[in-house]
Amino acid sequence: MSKNKKRLIKTIVALALFIPAFILYLIFKDKGKYVWFAMFSLIYLIAGYDILYKAVRNILHGKVFDENFLMAIASLGALILGEYTEAVAVMIFYQVGECFQSYAVGKSRASISKLMDIRPDVARVIRNGIEEEVFPDEVSVGEIITVRAGDKIPLDGIVIEGNCHLNTSALTGESRPISVVVGDRVLSGTVCLDGKLMIEVQKEFYDGTVSKILDMVENASTKKAKVENFISVFAKYYTPCVVFSAIALAIIPSLFTGNWQEWTVRALTFLVVSCPCALVISVPLSFFGGIGGAGNKGILIKGANYVEQISKANVFVFDKTGTLTKGKFSVVGVYPEEKREEILKYAYVCEKNSNHPIAKAIVEECVPKNADGYEIEEIAGKGVIAKNKTERILCGNLSLLSSENVDVGEVQNLIQQNSLENKTCAYIAINGQFLGIIAVADTVREDAKACVSNLKKQGYKVYMLTGDGEQSARFVAEEVGVDNYFYGLLPQDKMQRIEEIIANKQKGDVVAFIGDGINDAPVIMRADVGVSMGGVGSDSAIEASDVVLMYDKPSAIVTAKKIAQKTMRIVRQNVIFALTIKLSALILSAFGIGGMWYAVFADVGVSVLAILNAMRAMRNKDF
Amino acid sequence: MKKVIRLENLDCANCGMLLERTIAKIDGVQSATVNFMAQKLILEYDENAVGVLENVKKSAKKILPDVTLLGL
Repeated sequence: MSKNKKRLIKTIVALALFIPAFILYLIFKDKGKYVWFAMFSLIYLIAGYDILYKAVRNILHGKVFDENFLMAIASLGALILGEYTEAVAVMIFYQVGECFQSYAVGKSRASISKLMDIRPDVARVIRNGIEEEVFPDEVSVGEIITVRAGDKIPLDGIVIEGNCHLNTSALTGESRPISVVVGDRVLSGTVCLDGKLMIEVQKEFYDGTVSKILDMVENASTKKAKVENFISVFAKYYTPCVVFSAIALAIIPSLFTGNWQEWTVRALTFLVVSCPCALVISVPLSFFGGIGGAGNKGILIKGANYVEQISKANVFVFDKTGTLTKGKFSVVGVYPEEKREEILKYAYVCEKNSNHPIAKAIVEECVPKNADGYEIEEIAGKGVIAKNKTERILCGNLSLLSSENVDVGEVQNLIQQNSLENKTCAYIAINGQFLGIIAVADTVREDAKACVSNLKKQGYKVYMLTGDGEQSARFVAEEVGVDNYFYGLLPQDKMQRIEEIIANKQKGDVVAFIGDGINDAPVIMRADVGVSMGGVGSDSAIEASDVVLMYDKPSAIVTAKKIAQKTMRIVRQNVIFALTIKLSALILSAFGIGGMWYAVFADVGVSVLAILNAMRAMRNKDF
Repeated sequence: MKKVIRLENLDCANCGMLLERTIAKIDGVQSATVNFMAQKLILEYDENAVGVLENVKKSAKKILPDVTLLGL
């Protein structure tokens, strides 16, 4: 039987005996003093023999201000002074509180690991030609594992045989299945939906993506928030202070009044509230819950201190390419517009099998047509020529057209008319005649605008940095609604800009930088809060940043901020609530009001309520 | 050197704090953090110093006899 279960059963038995005994005591209080003493002592021992044992043992180890010891002294003192019911109540409720605490902690740990349901249980490894099922951490680099439909990929590796569709939603939030073939890199934590893969393992389990993510969430509390440090310091002094005040309260007034019994009871009440448990448990629990809850939304926060920082962040600096934009080309215009269908049709013929990013953008835009029977010739650095018996189609840059002696006189006009100077263009010609231009550009992410306007609405400053030229920077800035943007920045210039922004910030401002985490790692490290987006699987992104947005959505930073603010609110509520109740319990009991019953509430009740409140940090359905 | 030690039977958060403070004072220990939620002790220590881990074990035993340190 587990320790907690034993404790729970014992507490229930004690409580079941205590309630009738308490009622009888209220009725027949004046009769049989020794009978009552014996009866309550028995219940007391059932409830708290382990506490007494620990108290004695700890004194022998020279540990005085231990909560077992304090509880033992308070309750034993009450028992001896004839406060039977109070003595037993202190012990029983203390145990109830302890049971509840371990239940709550266990529960929130379990639910967080469930939230992060990415840990694989088993790996099928091929050893000596036989498939064996082992724990993922027993597989070493270079071994071959197989993954079947429905399996979670247990280890990071490279596909060496087979192909399938992967559900990567646990890591990236992308709900559309991604197809992988031989040679592709796959990450642990993704789920194989169909087919069968053979994977060569590239990283040990503990270095893999899953372990990194789980570690980050579990070990987040290594980096303590300011408020946690405050609690540590507070806890260090609180208990000794309360204990010494209790001793003073027992002795000094008694010397004047001679009423030792009364003042000793009041002093014992002090000992009951001497444990700062409510604070010590509920504050880290809130952060743990907040970090876990954020993890469930695909937001990894590396420490409690960063929860504190994001909740305060009010200057948001975004990188453009790959963050506010997709970092992926798509067709933004076809000129002249009246020839759109024709231009796209011929472009499709040329580009349909190409892997070039611009070609892919064009193919995506086209209505597929029958493109068989063409002979395709790729000219490196220039473009593609496609020909059949009657047609010879050129699709590429201007130098391709020039080299084929196409008259490009009309092109410059078209560029100027449609202000395409800063766009990437593909030029199409057929049978030696210029036909038209397809302009492609990076597209803005769907939620970028909503994200920026949300931040601006709350009065935060938003900046955009980019290495691109003025026009494309302005285009994106206008599209998403960023007023302050800096363009044409080399990586070191970005660093300089962030330095300037940090140097010019007002007191209390917190600067967050959101980038892809791969190219702008130094900037991410320099910002007060460095956020990387979509960089899961990239070591540098996870290491450099304080917050990782697993999903490719800039608006996740808004969610992160909301969760952080909620967590901080809960932490503050708990600190204020616990301190107020404890302090008032001390003051009231010093004046003999409320007494031990109130002290029990101030100790156990506050712990329970603070823990319940802390557990709210985990639930973030509305964000 | 950094070492993560699993703690078994650490059932009170305040004790965790006490453990953290005590271990941080040991010679050769650079930093000690007890993560009550994860039931882990994260220890950074000077691997050249003599008997650091032994002392950690001993003082943990002394203040928290119920807690077992795993992976040490």
